[in-house]
Amino acid sequence: MSNIVVIAEVRGGQLKRTSLEAVTAGLQLAQKSGGKVIAVACGAGLDAAAAELAKSGVHKVVAVDGPTFANYSGDAYARAIAEQVKAAAATAVLMVHTAMGKDLLPRVSALLEGSVVTDVVEVSCDGGTFGARKPVFAGKATMTVNAKKAPFCATLRPNNFAAAEGSGSAEVSKTAPPAGDLLSVVKEVIASSGGRTPLQEAKVVVSGGRGLKEAAHFKLVEDLVAAFGPGVAAVGASRAVVDAGWRPHREQVGQTGKVVSPPLYIAIGISGAIQHLAGMRTARTIVAINKDADAPIFKVADYGIVGDAFEIVPALTKAIAEIVAGK
Amino acid sequence: MDIVVCIKRVPATDTTIKIAADGKSIEPAGVSFELNAYDEFALEQALRIKEQLGSGTVTVVTIGSKDAQKELRDTLARGADKAVLLTTDQWVFDGASTAAALAAWIKSVPCNLVLCGRQAVDSDNNQLPANLAARLGFACVTEVAKLELADGTFTAERDIEGAREVVTCKTPAVISCQKGLNEPRYANLKGIMAAKKKPLEEAAASLPAPALEIVSLTLPPARAAGKILGTGVDAVPALIAALRDEAKVL
Repeated sequence: MSNIVVIAEVRGGQLKRTSLEAVTAGLQLAQKSGGKVIAVACGAGLDAAAAELAKSGVHKVVAVDGPTFANYSGDAYARAIAEQVKAAAATAVLMVHTAMGKDLLPRVSALLEGSVVTDVVEVSCDGGTFGARKPVFAGKATMTVNAKKAPFCATLRPNNFAAAEGSGSAEVSKTAPPAGDLLSVVKEVIASSGGRTPLQEAKVVVSGGRGLKEAAHFKLVEDLVAAFGPGVAAVGASRAVVDAGWRPHREQVGQTGKVVSPPLYIAIGISGAIQHLAGMRTARTIVAINKDADAPIFKVADYGIVGDAFEIVPALTKAIAEIVAGK
Repeated sequence: MDIVVCIKRVPATDTTIKIAADGKSIEPAGVSFELNAYDEFALEQALRIKEQLGSGTVTVVTIGSKDAQKELRDTLARGADKAVLLTTDQWVFDGASTAAALAAWIKSVPCNLVLCGRQAVDSDNNQLPANLAARLGFACVTEVAKLELADGTFTAERDIEGAREVVTCKTPAVISCQKGLNEPRYANLKGIMAAKKKPLEEAAASLPAPALEIVSLTLPPARAAGKILGTGVDAVPALIAALRDEAKVL
C-alpha cells in the first residue's frame, strides 16, 4: 500500500484548475498502488479551495493554512509539504508543472531524499515501482524512467490529464504552518494587463513569425486570438521575433521558450525551424499559413494554406468570429 | 561575494536527435555540443555582480565528461576566474543525483551565491536549482527574468501564469536565470589568451546511487503528412470546414 500526495496550487484563495489534473493522475496511481490520495494545499484562507478539493475524489485534504503562508515561499512551503508527505507515509508526490510546481516540488524531493522527474506526460506504478514518461530535448525524444528512490516526485505537464470531477466528500484537516524563517518571500504579484490567457493553458495558440515582417503586424495575430473569445486563445511567437525584440520572451514557443500542446495551434509566417517544431509538434491539430510552399512547417501541419498572411488571416479571423458569435 | 555558476554541455539546439543502439541514449555521432543557452545568462549575471561589487570570485562548475573542458574554457575566456570539472562518463539526466553531487562539492568551497540556467535543454528537467537550494539550505528564486542587488538583498522578478512575481531574498542563495535577464558577452581575443592561464581543475563527481533509471528513449511518432488546402483567401472556407467537421476543434 503506497499513499500518494497531490500538492494543490492555490493563489489568492483560489484553487488552480490544473491542480485537478494532478488529482486525476494521483487517483490513477493509487488504483495501481492500492493506496490513498491525500491532497495538500498551502496558503492563507484555504476553506473554499479545500472544500473544492474534498469533492474531487481524493481521500483526504490537508490545508496548511495561516497568515505566514499568504504569499508563496518556496522554502517554507516545501518544509510544510515534506512534513505532510512523511505524515501520510506517501511514496509518490505529484504536482502540476506550473511556475510554482517547478519551483516547489524539487525542494520537497530534496528534503526527503527522493527521486524527481518533471514535465511528465504519463505516470505508472508497476509492481510497486513508480515510473514516468517525459519529453526530453524539447520533445525531440521521449524518455521513460523508473524511480529507484522514494518518494517518487513528479510534475505533470498541464493540459495532459483530464481534470478530476468527483462528487466526493473527503475529510478536511487544517493545520498551522510550521514555525521557522522564510528565506524567500513573494513581495508582490503584478497581474499582466488584459487578463491574458497563459500560453500553456490556452486551448488555441496562434503564433507569429518573421513572415509578419514587423512588430506592429502582430495585430493580425492578436485579432485572431481575440476572435476565439475570452480565455480561449493565446499569442505565441517564434524565437526569431523574440530575439528581434518584437515580442516578450514569455510568448516564445520552442526549445528555448515554452513547449505547448493545445488542441489547436495556428502558425502564421513561421517557417518551422527544428527548435520551433520541438515546441509545438504535440499540438493535436496544427494549421500553417505561409507564403513558402516548401517551408518545413507544412511537414508537421495537418492543414496548410499557402499565401499572403496579410490577406488570409483577416478572412480567417472574420470566419472564426462568426462561428464563435453563433455559438 | 563568492559566486558559483553551474553549467552543462548539451547538444546544440538545432541537432536532429537519433537514438543509440542501446535504446536509452542518443547517438552521439554527428552531434555538435555547446554551452547550455540558459547557462550563458547565469555566467553573465555572475560577472555583472562581481563587477558591481568590485570584488569576489566567479567559479564555474559542471558535471560531465572530459569533453566539457571546452565549454569550461569558454566560460574562463568570458571572464570567470576558475573552472571545475566533476567528471563522470554517464549522461547526467537524474536531477536528484546531480543536485546531491553539486551540493557536496559546493559545501567544500567558499560560496554565497549559486547561479544556474533555468534548465538544461537536453533533459529539460528545470529542477536542479530548487533541488540544490533545499540541500544547501540556501534561499532560492527560479526562472528569474530581472535581478537587482542592493544592500545585500536580492530583488528578483519571475514570470508566472498570467502575472509576474517579485521575490526578495538574502544570501546565501541559488538563483536560476531565464532568457531576457541580460545580454551575455562573448569571449574576445584577450579573454581567450587569459583563459589559458586560468585554473581548470578536475575531480571525480561524487554521485550517489541513482534515483532514476532510464527504461527507454524513443523518438515521438512522426506526424502524418498534412493537407495543403489551397492558396490565398479562397482556401479559408476549406480550412474552417476541416477544423469544424474533421478535426472538431471549433
